[in-house]
Amino acid sequence: MSFSKSTLGITVAASLAVGFSTSAMARETIQIAGSSTVLPFASIVAEEFGGSFPQFNTPVVGSGGSGGGLRQFCQGVGENTIDIANASRAIRSGEVENCKANGVEEVLEVMFGYDGIVFASRADRDSFALTPRHLFAAAAAEVPVDGEMVENPYTRWSDIDSDLPDQEIVLVIPASNHGTREVFEERVIHPGCDTYDEVQQLDDDARGEFCNALRGDGRIIEIAGDYTETLARLDAQADAVGVFGLSFYDQNRDRLQVATVDGVTPSLDTIGSGEYPVSRPLFFYVKGEHLDVIPGLAEYTEFFLNEMISGYGSPLEDAGLIPMDDDERASALEQFQARTVATGE
Amino acid sequence: MTTLTIEAREVRRRERLETIEKSLDRRHAKERRFRRMGLAAVTTGMVLVVILFSSILMRGLPAFWQATFYLDIHFDPEVVQVEARPVQEAGERAADFRDRDLAWQSQVGLVNWQQLIDDALEAELGEEIEARQTRDLRALVTSGERRALRDRFIDDPSLLGETKRLKLLASANVDVWIKGNIDRDLPDAQQQLSAQTREWADALHERGVIRNAFSTALFLNPDSRSSLASAGLAGAFMGSLFMMLIVIVLSVPIGVASAVYLEEFAPKNRLTDLIEININNLAAVPSIVFGLLGAAIFIGYLRLPLSAPLVGGLVLTLMTLPTIIIATRASLRSIPPSIRQAALGIGASRIQTVFHHVLPLALPGILTGSILGVAQALGETAPLLLIGMNAFVSNVPGSPLDQATALPVQIYLWQGNELRNFFEARTSAAIIVLLALMLSLNALAIWLRKKFETRW
Repeated sequence: MSFSKSTLGITVAASLAVGFSTSAMARETIQIAGSSTVLPFASIVAEEFGGSFPQFNTPVVGSGGSGGGLRQFCQGVGENTIDIANASRAIRSGEVENCKANGVEEVLEVMFGYDGIVFASRADRDSFALTPRHLFAAAAAEVPVDGEMVENPYTRWSDIDSDLPDQEIVLVIPASNHGTREVFEERVIHPGCDTYDEVQQLDDDARGEFCNALRGDGRIIEIAGDYTETLARLDAQADAVGVFGLSFYDQNRDRLQVATVDGVTPSLDTIGSGEYPVSRPLFFYVKGEHLDVIPGLAEYTEFFLNEMISGYGSPLEDAGLIPMDDDERASALEQFQARTVATGE
Repeated sequence: MTTLTIEAREVRRRERLETIEKSLDRRHAKERRFRRMGLAAVTTGMVLVVILFSSILMRGLPAFWQATFYLDIHFDPEVVQVEARPVQEAGERAADFRDRDLAWQSQVGLVNWQQLIDDALEAELGEEIEARQTRDLRALVTSGERRALRDRFIDDPSLLGETKRLKLLASANVDVWIKGNIDRDLPDAQQQLSAQTREWADALHERGVIRNAFSTALFLNPDSRSSLASAGLAGAFMGSLFMMLIVIVLSVPIGVASAVYLEEFAPKNRLTDLIEININNLAAVPSIVFGLLGAAIFIGYLRLPLSAPLVGGLVLTLMTLPTIIIATRASLRSIPPSIRQAALGIGASRIQTVFHHVLPLALPGILTGSILGVAQALGETAPLLLIGMNAFVSNVPGSPLDQATALPVQIYLWQGNELRNFFEARTSAAIIVLLALMLSLNALAIWLRKKFETRW
């Protein structure tokens, strides 16, 4: 009887001792989480950083989506919270407030480049030449027909525009935990919605509500995971059109073909020049309170903004990032070094 | 009278025989049907297992061999311009020496190691490489190899000026091209490599400079994203190992002790009944719930580090405990009461009875249960995702407090990698490694059971 009790006591005590001794130890590795679009870029920088600075550990990069990363980021200050949140959209004012409520006052925004969002279908199918109006018509719950809002009647792309392929409409889009979803809505769905005169006549609230309502009849498939899941959908449903990041498409060109938007083919050049309409800036957010605590945090940020890492001809460009120009780079660095606190959108 | 009765009996006997024969046919038919159904069930199961394993093996086995360059690398003093490695001087403080050594390492890091690879490739191709072709040339060897050259030099600075035949991994896309994992007939626009790179790769492959060599990188390297071809399982393996050690150290003693107490000592009352029901229910709790619990308690409340095998091990311990307790209790219960009675009868105390007689006999069952519980924990993914163990970690963890991933999580991460053509095979290879570990653990369990098994 006493044996089993003492064993139990010893093991419990041992496990607690291990627990407390660790909480007292300082963390030496930068911890990052967030957007799965930024993840490949941040991972490459982390590896290069670890390789170039023998005195620092290689940062650890987790995923969880832009929203998930920022939520983790705003959990508070301390060694069991992350130091950097990656995001494929700007932080929202609500998120900044949430951060403040938990003691994270210094949210430092760093923009490091651009990414394009492309529409791609299977390489063995017809090619698409899309416009925002087409995509809205394919995705909306209701569309205006002859001055009246009716339930979306379109089932084939050729119903929307006879120039589009005669294929079932199935659109695979990122779920709302992804920053990409917001860009998809802002850069594609809303402009497409606004092309209708009937929509223009609505007041702001009604217009927002009308434009944001996506059809629920199974033709829109939301993906909460990453782009490989979207690709798997396209494997299963040959007619589907998926939303991808440019870099993902680029690495799977043998399986995917990309649609033009407003007649422009997405590429590093057309997105960099702003010709291709669906692009967005990429960010990461640094916790100012951790700058003097976690070794290498400032160096990592400056290393990330170095032209050798994220400029033209850099490993990040090879991985599909659209680099910023010199002025943007300089101002991003300046903003970080001046510790300008983000206010959110 | 008697003859009549005899005849009547005879008739009745025959009737009885007929009924038996009829029902015998029916019963035999029933048995045959049942046997056939059973056989069909077993065959279906076997066929499915064979399909599963063969598809994984067919996809994964080729990834154990990787396109590799055999190049003569000349550590050209013109390119590698560094001072001699600092030596600790007498009276110098260790910290100062470390700083000087780090400065030297940084200097070595700034050397253009890529140039050495470029030169070796140029010599091998036997043609002048123009500046505009540099990008095509650098697409051949994976980018991590220049860092590997640097590390090799840091380990052995006497390489300066030497020429050494080294094995360098080809880039992931060259590997895909050489193995034919991408359709070689696709037009340029759909290929990952430029026409020039593909031509060079084919030429070098033909001359034996690129060979399909057994991939040690898969086992010795940690994960990588900047140099996909060098991504390996070492980091995830060490993470899993640390977690399993924690699981074994914590859950086996606690589990066995609780089971022994509950089975041999505890009074049978409402409280112990309640505990028993709860343990059985805990065994059925979905593993993701343990992950949520771990995130809330170990990270949120106890403030343990994120992504650490320590936290993973604690969470998996919670998950494994009920399995071990149930297995141990079952195995204690299977010891015949006569053993206990005999021990008590010759004057042993209850604790002597348990530890000298019952436990040793129950050991094979306890070991089997524990090993199977640990094997189950080894394959667990869901709870680890919630405590940050799905992060990208490019270091091999050196302690349970360092950030790490685990083998099943690494499979999940590779499954999500963008370069599908390369990582589909790599993922299956990782699955094979994990399966091999699981099978060997299970084999160990069977061996232990056979070795210690007692019959009575």
